[in-house]
Amino acid sequence: MMAEYSAFSLLANALKGNKDWKPAWRKPDPKASYDVIIIGGGGHGLATAYYLAKEHGITNVAVLEKGWLGSGNVGRNTTAVRSNYLLPANTRFYEHSMKLWEGLSHELNYNVMFSQRGCLNLAHTPAQFDDYARRGNAMRHLGVDAELMTPAEIKRLVPALDISSDARFPVVGGLMQRRAGTARHDAVAWGYARGADRRGVDIIENCEVTGFLRDGDRITGVTTSRGDIRAKKVAIAVAGSTGRVMQLAGIETMPIESHVLQAFVTESLKPFIDTVVTFGMGHFYMSQSDKGGLVYGGDIDGYNSYAQRGNLPIVDEVMSEMLALFPGLARVRMLRSWGGVCDMSMDGSPIITAGPLPGMYLNCGWCYGGFKATPASGWCFAWTIAKDEPHDFNAPFTLDRFHRGLVIDDKGQGANPRLH
Amino acid sequence: MLITCPYCGPRDVIEFTYQGDGNRERPDPASQNFEAWNAYVYDRLNPAGDHNEIWQHSGGCRTHLRVVRNTLTHEISSVAFVRGDHASGARRKAEDRS
Repeated sequence: MMAEYSAFSLLANALKGNKDWKPAWRKPDPKASYDVIIIGGGGHGLATAYYLAKEHGITNVAVLEKGWLGSGNVGRNTTAVRSNYLLPANTRFYEHSMKLWEGLSHELNYNVMFSQRGCLNLAHTPAQFDDYARRGNAMRHLGVDAELMTPAEIKRLVPALDISSDARFPVVGGLMQRRAGTARHDAVAWGYARGADRRGVDIIENCEVTGFLRDGDRITGVTTSRGDIRAKKVAIAVAGSTGRVMQLAGIETMPIESHVLQAFVTESLKPFIDTVVTFGMGHFYMSQSDKGGLVYGGDIDGYNSYAQRGNLPIVDEVMSEMLALFPGLARVRMLRSWGGVCDMSMDGSPIITAGPLPGMYLNCGWCYGGFKATPASGWCFAWTIAKDEPHDFNAPFTLDRFHRGLVIDDKGQGANPRLH
Repeated sequence: MLITCPYCGPRDVIEFTYQGDGNRERPDPASQNFEAWNAYVYDRLNPAGDHNEIWQHSGGCRTHLRVVRNTLTHEISSVAFVRGDHASGARRKAEDRS
């Protein structure tokens, strides 16, 4: 019997010194073959396995993870969840994700600590405020909540924010999505892993894919550090490692660049902000974790990188932006910083599709917005794998859209991944 | 990360602007080969290891540089003027991408 959590089991185990907890998922050896192999044991891969088993009854599934479960971006992000996009394809997809988030702890019997504390985008010029009004209207048109806020309302919500007229970039208003918020990122990976495992999915850690088994063009399995494994369908959900894995399949170029994104956390403070705040004049976003640390980040470093660490210029820039908004944080100490590798696509939107080779399914291009997409990404990818065709939610997110002129460029930045 | 500009010497990365993948071959401006243009605009090699890329020393001498940098370690193994490519007619070919 695997670990089941309830108020009673927590109390009973506490009284017994927490010595009798069972592992939340098995540690199986790989079988010789599966119906579906999912490469990548991060949030998206685990969610895909969960929904394959739960929604489509496909349980003869292996998730292959080269490190330990959740060691990649699902454990490295800044935990924000939102669906405040401009373009309909993105809005519909991320709103589907938001609705899955709203029921996720109950669905998984695992507390992912989803907290709808809101996400506030600050506007610093009248033109930017107009742009937010346009985006807010586009969101409401598709049934997503959005509201414009005045500086006085913002000051009541976030008292620590410098909204004075002599601030470096005075705040003229903001766009608020109340249903947005944060979630405990590790718990999302663990919850999906346990849910998938319980339905029969084999989660195989420390199993690195080293190549693909092929029959002509068709992918028939993978070679791994733990032997060859055959499968009818091989699904790839490896985020920043997409380029490397696709090259193993002989696909040299992709509409993807891998970039490093840094994130930071301060020492624990008393309650300071109870929402997610984003800066409109640079790139900065911050929330406060339940432990009290301020969790924040900014831009990617801006050059191709597979190193899970960045350089100092971005550290300097992020700190400067934080102090421009919150001068009162000047003496707070930064506790930790880290980096994750992001699969930056050419239009800032993801790819969830069957192909490009027969027997292969591809999920990538999350830029640095992959965490909030986790439930819908897994849900749509599972649908695509099970039915060999996309759901309406992910039909626009094809791989060939770039060559067909069907890009989904929410920010209008063009094919320059470091700007998305 | 320091980039050693052949003109200015070693300088902090903050002085440079990243211009991206240096492996791409821009089609002739008069070309109507849409596939070649699409590939030029959207497709990237994105290697884990040595990457041939273009940087501009925008905070210095403003020249464009062809840099070979390891994307796993950020170690830079060579820096040269991009304009040298044209002088010698040596645009990057597929076989020397590795």
